[in-house]
Amino acid sequence: MLAFVIKRVIQSILVLFIMSLIVFSMINLVGDPVDMLVNPESLPEEIDRVRRDFGLDQPVHVQYWKFLTGAISGDLGNSFIFGRPALALIAERFPATLELATCALILAVSVGLPLGIYAGLNPDGWGARIIMGGSVLGISIPTFWLGLMMIIIFSVFLGWLPVSGRGDTANFLGIESSIFTLDGLRHLILPAINLSLFKISIVIRLTRAGVEEVMALDFIKFARARGLASQRIIRAHLLPNILIPIITVLAIEFGTLIAFATVTESVFAWPGVGKLVIDAIVNLDRPIVVAYLLFVVTLFLILNLIVDIIYAALDPRVRLQGDRQ
Amino acid sequence: MTKLLEIKNLNVSFSSRLGTIKAVHGVSITVQAGEVLGLVGESGAGKSTIGNAIINLIEPPGKITDGEVWFKDKNLRKLNENEMLNIRGQKIGMIFQDPQTSLNPVMTIGTQLLETINKTKKLFGKLAYHNAIELLQSVGIEQPEARMKAYPHQFSGGMRQRVVIALALAGDPDLIIADEPTTALDVSTQAQILDLIRALCIERRLGVIIVTHDMGVVANIADRVSVMYRGSIVETGDVKYILSTPHHPYTKSLLAAVPRGDVKIKRFTSIDYIEGGAHKQKRIAVAEHWLGEKLVDNKSKVAISITDLNKKFVLKKALFKQNRLYNQAVKDVSFSITTGETFGIVGESGSGKSTVARLVAGLLSIDKGSVKLFDKEIANVPKNRQVVAVQSELQMIFQDPFSSLNSKMSVEDIIAEPIRYYKTAGSEDKMKQIIGDLLDHVGLGKNAALKYPHEFSGGQRQRISIARALAARPKILICDEPTSSLDVSVQAHILNLLKDLQDELNLTILFISHDLPVIRQMCDRVAVMRHGSICEIAKTNDLFNAPNHSYSKHLLNIMPKIDLFA
Repeated sequence: MLAFVIKRVIQSILVLFIMSLIVFSMINLVGDPVDMLVNPESLPEEIDRVRRDFGLDQPVHVQYWKFLTGAISGDLGNSFIFGRPALALIAERFPATLELATCALILAVSVGLPLGIYAGLNPDGWGARIIMGGSVLGISIPTFWLGLMMIIIFSVFLGWLPVSGRGDTANFLGIESSIFTLDGLRHLILPAINLSLFKISIVIRLTRAGVEEVMALDFIKFARARGLASQRIIRAHLLPNILIPIITVLAIEFGTLIAFATVTESVFAWPGVGKLVIDAIVNLDRPIVVAYLLFVVTLFLILNLIVDIIYAALDPRVRLQGDRQ
Repeated sequence: MTKLLEIKNLNVSFSSRLGTIKAVHGVSITVQAGEVLGLVGESGAGKSTIGNAIINLIEPPGKITDGEVWFKDKNLRKLNENEMLNIRGQKIGMIFQDPQTSLNPVMTIGTQLLETINKTKKLFGKLAYHNAIELLQSVGIEQPEARMKAYPHQFSGGMRQRVVIALALAGDPDLIIADEPTTALDVSTQAQILDLIRALCIERRLGVIIVTHDMGVVANIADRVSVMYRGSIVETGDVKYILSTPHHPYTKSLLAAVPRGDVKIKRFTSIDYIEGGAHKQKRIAVAEHWLGEKLVDNKSKVAISITDLNKKFVLKKALFKQNRLYNQAVKDVSFSITTGETFGIVGESGSGKSTVARLVAGLLSIDKGSVKLFDKEIANVPKNRQVVAVQSELQMIFQDPFSSLNSKMSVEDIIAEPIRYYKTAGSEDKMKQIIGDLLDHVGLGKNAALKYPHEFSGGQRQRISIARALAARPKILICDEPTSSLDVSVQAHILNLLKDLQDELNLTILFISHDLPVIRQMCDRVAVMRHGSICEIAKTNDLFNAPNHSYSKHLLNIMPKIDLFA
């Protein structure tokens, strides 16, 4: 187990290094950030001064070396726009995104799993058809359009919920979050639902497929032949078996929720990392983009490691040492 | 004796868009306490459906349309689902075919036992735990305390089936329905499991229904037997009586199709009742045909010669050699086969017999040793034209007819592949002609060419595999358990076909099987394999009459016998 984790950490560092190389060289091909930073009517000397100040006059490999030596000591550079460390900016915005993603994930599981199990157990009923039809809609409707419609209906016409932004936060058990205040919750409802609809649909479809597959297996039939009640069969025999693939997929989906909540955050003006990075891309704020991409890569590496460990814990047939093959 | 179970006029049908299929038709059987009833028939006969119908576990769209199921004094058909829950497990236990799949893979067997005991005996905590230990002991599992914490994949097949039996017994049932309980097991394990069921039946005065396709199993364990054919019971009676003097033509042909372990006969006889008369074979005259063009009579030549063959598989990889773990699958195997001979390799699963077949066929790389086909060395030599030419004279027929044919290719394309690859037909029209002839010859008919594999049954697919092998005009045929997934009657047809082809084409056959009676009917000489080595090589008759090696004796001893024939 320990050997497995150590091996994975070494692999992860290698992946991060390669990723930083790609990101850094690619972003140097796009535009000139100095154009964004100075008034186009400034004197050429002024423009050159700014270029020198940010080190942009150096060759790319020198810039990269500077970045790399900084990165090893935890410094991913300062934002061109805000003049503050990029990592600090991301860390500031991260709780808001994490809060949104976690709520969406909880919604996806608590709504998707029961609906999927129901649809899998009664595959020919009307309920199942409605659920499965709904899941197709959930996958195919674009998030931004749905977000706008939700704002129009619930905020503008009905006036039940606020239009955008994040509400008041409160501190509970050392966690600063908007789910602890009524105002915060009211602000959270629409974006969380908006973000979760796609994931709910995926969970429904995965669960249904799993239920249909597992229910046809012999050990379910044998469990029934042993006289176990259907409640017990669903809880103790069906659920653990279908959860294995679902958890694997969900952990990665959680990563995409955090990394790509950008659309929802933009629609609802949610002050998360997604919005920060969109602004950074528009303004060619290179350090923030690079820091954000490396942050996302790290996130996925960690999630993957967790998935592998959970997988081995859930399925006794899987051994982590076995990955050597 | 008291009647434990009585089924009166049971009817089960499956409805689909294409109409209603009557899977079980007017079946009546009785089982008494302490009695084993064998329910025998071929796949699709509806025998498993009866077992499921008794405990009302028929999967939709199946439905019981008529009939009564009396268990002791209760009509089970009148009970609702809640009342049935107290019958299943507590009064009637079930054992399924494949112990690999009948246990929940992510739950310890202890938990599975305890949940059953909680439900059926209403015992909890310590009492339930001790009961579980006792159950495991009673089915012959050693160190039950430690095994309680183990997961199903940590058991061998036979041990797993013992666990399944323990689970079926957990509620102290009066009746056990065993659905093909030994089909997925080795011969020696099968003998142990059958002994266990028999012993439990006597000890606990259980009624047992044993559903099987295997006449040998019935002869070994059952007191009475019911023979099923297409959803109906055609004959019921005392096992000795039915097996020695069958009355119904189906029973007769079924018994004729069972390979006999006691004496070799030339061909399987009178088995036409089974395939519904649709079996008309238009054979071609091989001597004048394309198929026989390369035919030369070289009777005494050595076809395959193997010396000191070795193969090991890596179980655990490691950077350093001494940390690696290997499984020596084949160890110092030597034998030679003369042209036109059928050479059998027999052994239990894991004995390395299939690995030998694959090594000879060139499907696996050879670690050490020599394999010569017609005096041409093929082990670890660069692939030049001569090696490919000699290898094209060797073809293989695999065990599973479902996965050995590409489901996306038409039968014509499947058979055409070796002809196209070796460019042996001249023109495309000629090739189509040849394919038609081949299909006629293996008994499928020309029209099969345009169909796809899924349109055929297991036996028919095996015929396609044979036609594909013939299309390469082989001199050597390797058959790796070619009939072990087929019904006996279909097996008899396929084995007859192989015998005919061998006579016509002077084929050399390497025949791999775990089934001793089949080996006896097919082979001239036999090698007995165990743990990767050959125990003895002998003429088939000598081996069966006077085995030399102790393991051969053991295998022959546990071979299910139907000695009531004569």
